[in-house]
Amino acid sequence: MVIDLFYKLNRKRTKLDKKGIDTGDKPIMTKCPSCKKMLYTKELEKSVYVCPNCDYHFPVTSQERMKVLFDEGTEIRLFDTITSRNPLDFPNYMSKLEKDKEIADLNEAVRVGHGKIDGVDVVIATMDTRIRMGSMGSAVGEILARAFNYATEKKLPVIVFTASGGARMQEGILSLMQMAKVSVAIERHSNAGLLYIAYMTHPTTGGVSASFASVGDINLAEKGALIGFAGRRVIEETIREKLPDDFQTAEFLLEHGQLDRVVNRKEMRITLSNILKLHCNGVKVDGV
Amino acid sequence: MAFDFELPIIELEEKVEELKKYATKNKIDLSKEITFLEKKIDVKRTEIYSNLTPWQQVEIARFIERPTTLEYIDAIFDDFTEFFGDRYYGDDKAIVGGIASFNGQPVTVIGHQRGMSTKENIERNFGMPHPEGYRKALRLMKQAEKFNRPIICFIDTKGAYPGKEAEERGQSEAIAKNLVDMAGLSVPIISIVIGEGGSGGALALGVCDKLYMLENSTYSVISPEGAASILFKDGSLKEIAAESLKITGQDLYDLEIADGLIKEPLGGAHHDKPFVFNETKAIIEQGLKELAKIKKEDLVDARFDKYMKIGDFVE
Repeated sequence: MVIDLFYKLNRKRTKLDKKGIDTGDKPIMTKCPSCKKMLYTKELEKSVYVCPNCDYHFPVTSQERMKVLFDEGTEIRLFDTITSRNPLDFPNYMSKLEKDKEIADLNEAVRVGHGKIDGVDVVIATMDTRIRMGSMGSAVGEILARAFNYATEKKLPVIVFTASGGARMQEGILSLMQMAKVSVAIERHSNAGLLYIAYMTHPTTGGVSASFASVGDINLAEKGALIGFAGRRVIEETIREKLPDDFQTAEFLLEHGQLDRVVNRKEMRITLSNILKLHCNGVKVDGV
Repeated sequence: MAFDFELPIIELEEKVEELKKYATKNKIDLSKEITFLEKKIDVKRTEIYSNLTPWQQVEIARFIERPTTLEYIDAIFDDFTEFFGDRYYGDDKAIVGGIASFNGQPVTVIGHQRGMSTKENIERNFGMPHPEGYRKALRLMKQAEKFNRPIICFIDTKGAYPGKEAEERGQSEAIAKNLVDMAGLSVPIISIVIGEGGSGGALALGVCDKLYMLENSTYSVISPEGAASILFKDGSLKEIAAESLKITGQDLYDLEIADGLIKEPLGGAHHDKPFVFNETKAIIEQGLKELAKIKKEDLVDARFDKYMKIGDFVE
């Protein structure tokens, strides 16, 4: 089903030598899969992997995204030792997870940091689809809940970049309950008058779409991102009709009143910086 | 109607019927043989029903004759007055709700509603809600909070409806908002899984202070069929998936997700509905009594603590 959405990100961006061993070097040129134009990799990095020719948004890792968001040297990584167990002894779950963890160089499908954007303190959580399609199990739920609780305690805004196939089925009911767990943490954060920006990136589906991704004070989505509750194939089989091409895209959701804004990744940082500044002034005058 | 696993019982029952007919027709006494067979049926019944596999429990949980939300409401509550509509778009018949009296105490009661026949199932979209269903539920919950009424939710759905219009009207947002807003309600919430608890569409009525499950009800992140086709790449492995996913009442009780189990008669709730309604009533009484001990201002914190504890990870 959604597997084909993830393959590009799993493909290594670094070069292999003649024996097929990873050299760790990035190629000088990268081909845009959309307009087929050859692009300088360095230039592509500068534009946060948006094709300067056709505006195609390449998939990015959580590390690549976080790197451009925080003011240099301000990030403190949080909760990065938390990882999943296999509570239901689901066959092959651990071996697959370990392999993903190695590729992504992360312990779980979400990465959290506390840092500054243009001087404003913020907690950012970024999901990473390279680990089990970004699915949410107990560990992802715990990390996100703690991120909100940390922000509530320190009176900080939270930005969550969602990217997920949904709940992690291998953890059964425990994964479903993480939707509730993160929600109770969000409720407490919100009740404290703090800002939560949900930033949906490609793809945000299933249980993640149906929980924290959709309940920001401000709901943003990245240009072209696929966002939806049920999968396209499931819907087509249920209603027995073909869905339009733009169904469940960020633009489709905007049109249907589900989003505050669709953001081009080139404007991601400035958009967030502006929103944060407008809210942070509110906090400062509080009690004056 | 019967399940495949009940066939050995039915075969024996048919044999008894045949013997009885034969005895009457030929005027011979076969009572010994009949008593013997009837005893055998009892043994077989106990044997089969006491050792139901998770998949067999899924079949019972989905059974069309299994009691539905409105039957529970009718049997357990008095003066139920149903309210309709979400005030934005329409009324979703896959979710019912309203106010009622429980042992004289005003409560708000909400639940997924399957049909009790194929015709009604079509009207009720097989108990699979659209966004307006969840929004109606939330509207009634907020109303309950204003008038300080406890909320009782009955969960019985395959899941939220996966349709084009459901997506257009914000199925994700409707469910997500219920989760967050239920977390903050200052009145007690009891949720009871009476049939199938299908994923986010079930959870949207399930952020609660006490979660109870009927013994043969199931609660799962994905249907066994879905898990089999996605995880095992073979839809026919649904029985194995049902087992691996740990979805039965007992499983959830063992995982400390369900706070209590409601007993069912041998073979499932449909065999003795009044018994099940009584058991359900008793557990609601007990739950409300326990929750009444928590101060109103501490209720949301207690709910927060309950959910913070859920999960299994290493650090």
